[in-house]
Amino acid sequence: MSTAAAADAPSMRAVPPNRLIAFYRSSIGKKWIVALTGLVMVGFVVVHLIGNLQIFLPPAYINAYAAKLKSLGPVLWLFRISLFAAFVLHVINTIQLSRMNRVAKGERYVKEATVQATVASRTMFYSGLILLAFIIFHILHFTLGWIPTENIHVMDYAPEAGNAKDPLLHNVWKMLVGGFRNPFVSVFYLVSMGLLCMHLSHGVESTVQTLGLRTKPLARPARYLSWGLGWAVFLGNAAIVLAILFGFIK
Amino acid sequence: MNLTLKVWRQKDSKSPGRIETYAAKNIPESASFLEMLDIVNEDIMHAGGEPIMFESDCREGICGTCSMVINGYAHGGQRGTTVCQLHMRHFKDGDELTIEPWRAAAFPVVRDLVVNRSGLDRIIQSGGYVSVRTGSAVDGNALPVPKKNSDLAMDAAQCIGCGACVAACKNGSAMLFLSAKVGHLGLLPQGQPERHRRVLNMVRQHDQEGFGNCTNQYECEAVCPKEISSTFITRLNRDYAVASARELLGAV
Ligand code: HEM
Ligand code: FES
Repeated sequence: MSTAAAADAPSMRAVPPNRLIAFYRSSIGKKWIVALTGLVMVGFVVVHLIGNLQIFLPPAYINAYAAKLKSLGPVLWLFRISLFAAFVLHVINTIQLSRMNRVAKGERYVKEATVQATVASRTMFYSGLILLAFIIFHILHFTLGWIPTENIHVMDYAPEAGNAKDPLLHNVWKMLVGGFRNPFVSVFYLVSMGLLCMHLSHGVESTVQTLGLRTKPLARPARYLSWGLGWAVFLGNAAIVLAILFGFIK
Repeated sequence: MNLTLKVWRQKDSKSPGRIETYAAKNIPESASFLEMLDIVNEDIMHAGGEPIMFESDCREGICGTCSMVINGYAHGGQRGTTVCQLHMRHFKDGDELTIEPWRAAAFPVVRDLVVNRSGLDRIIQSGGYVSVRTGSAVDGNALPVPKKNSDLAMDAAQCIGCGACVAACKNGSAMLFLSAKVGHLGLLPQGQPERHRRVLNMVRQHDQEGFGNCTNQYECEAVCPKEISSTFITRLNRDYAVASARELLGAV
C-alpha cells in the first residue's frame, strides 16, 4: 500500500475528553462567544434605539409600542432571558480574556509604541465595565423604577395607548421626559452612550473579524460599518436625552 | 554617526534586568543595526565588559533569528524589514534608542536581548506539518492548485517565525504566526487530510504555551517583516470554528 496516510502522526489524533468544554476554554472559542453575544446585544441596542426614537412622535406612539411589547408576555420573557444570558456570557468571557491577555503580555516595555491599534480597541475593557454599571443603573431606573428621579415609573391613565380595557398603563413617554429632566441622570446617560459608541466602533469590526468574515475586500467596509453604527447609536440616543433635557420635548 | 543606546541587560532568566546606557560612536550610515551593535560590543569588550547578547543568523532577513524591540517597535519600525536588514541611515546622528527583548510571558528572557521562542516550535510540532509517505517524486503538475490559493499560500509561507507579532501584540498573542502556518497548509491540497485536526491542535498548543488572544488591533500585521496579513487570522477564526463544530459532531 502506498497511499498517503493522513492524520498519521500520534499528536494529530488527540481528542479532548470534553469537546464542548475544550471549545469554551480555548482562546478562539471564547472570542466566538464574545462576538456572538456582542452581536445579540448590538441587535438589541439598534432595535431599542429605533423604538425609543418614537419619543419624537406624539406620546401615543411610544406608549402604544411599550404596551405592545408588554403584551407579548412569554415572548418578551424569552427575549429578556436570551439577552440576559448573552450579557452574562459576554461579561464573563471578556473579563476572562482580558485577564488572560494581561498575564500573557507579562512585563511591559520600558518604551512602548503603538502603530495602528485604535484608542477604542485598547479601552474595550474599561468602556465595557462602565457600560456594565450603566446597564445596571438603566434597569433600576426605567425597568424597575427604583431610582427616585422626577415622575419616574408613572403608572397612570394613558388613553393614548388606545387600550380602554386597561387604562392604567406604564406611561413611558412621561417616564422618559421625567427621567431626563434631571441633568445628573442625563449626563450619565450621555457619557455612557459615548462609551457605547467607542465600544461599538471597535466591537462591530471585531465581530466581523472573529466570525471569520473580514476578508481583504471587506476590511475597510467592516471598519466603516463599525464606526457608522457606533456613531448612529450615540447620536440617536443622545438626541433623545438632549431633546428632553433642553425642553424640546415636554 | 553617534548615538546613545539604552539597552536591556539581564544576566539570565532568574536575575532581574535593567536598562543600561551605552554610547555608540563613529557608526557608519551603511552599517546594519546588528553591525552597529557589533561595533558597540567591540567597545564594551575592549573596556573589559560583557557584550550585549542578541541573536542573529542569516543577517539577510530570511531566517527569523534576529529579534529586538527598538523604541517600542519590534524590528525597529521599518515596514517589512527584519532588524538585521534595518540600516543606520534610517536613524539620525544623536538619536537615543531604547533596545529591549521581545516581551511576552511565553518568551522568557534568556539573557539580555535573547528570549526563548521554543513555544513557537512546539506549536509547529503540534500540527504545522503534513504527513506523507515519501516515495518517488510526483510529477510537479499532477496536483492542481488554484492560482489564488497558491498565491495566498505563498504569502503565508513567507512567515519566518521570528515572533515579532507576539512582541508587538498588546496581548502577547502568537495568532499571526499561528494563522500563517494554519493558512499556508490549509490552502494547499496536501494539507487537506489533516486540516481540521491541525487547526485544533495548533490552537490548543498556542493557548497552552501561554500566548494571549487576538483583540483585533493588528499591531502584529504592522510590524511583521514579511507583511503577513491579519486576514490570515480571519481565516484561522473560521477554520477553528468549522473544525470545532466537526469535532463536536465526531467528524474529525
Ligand atoms: C450594551 C452592551 C454591550 C454591547 C452591545 C457590546 C458589544 C460588543 C461587541 C460587538 C464586541 C466585539 C466582539 C469581538 O471581540 O469580536 C465586544 C467586545 C468586548 N466587550 Fe462588549 N458589549 C457590551 C457590553 C460589555 C460589557 C458590560 C463589558 C464588560 C466587561 C464588555 C467588554 C467587552 C470586551 C473586553 C470586549 C473584547 C474587546 C476586544 O476583543 O478587543 N462589553 N462587545
Ligand atoms: S538574522 Fe536572519 S532574519 Fe535577521
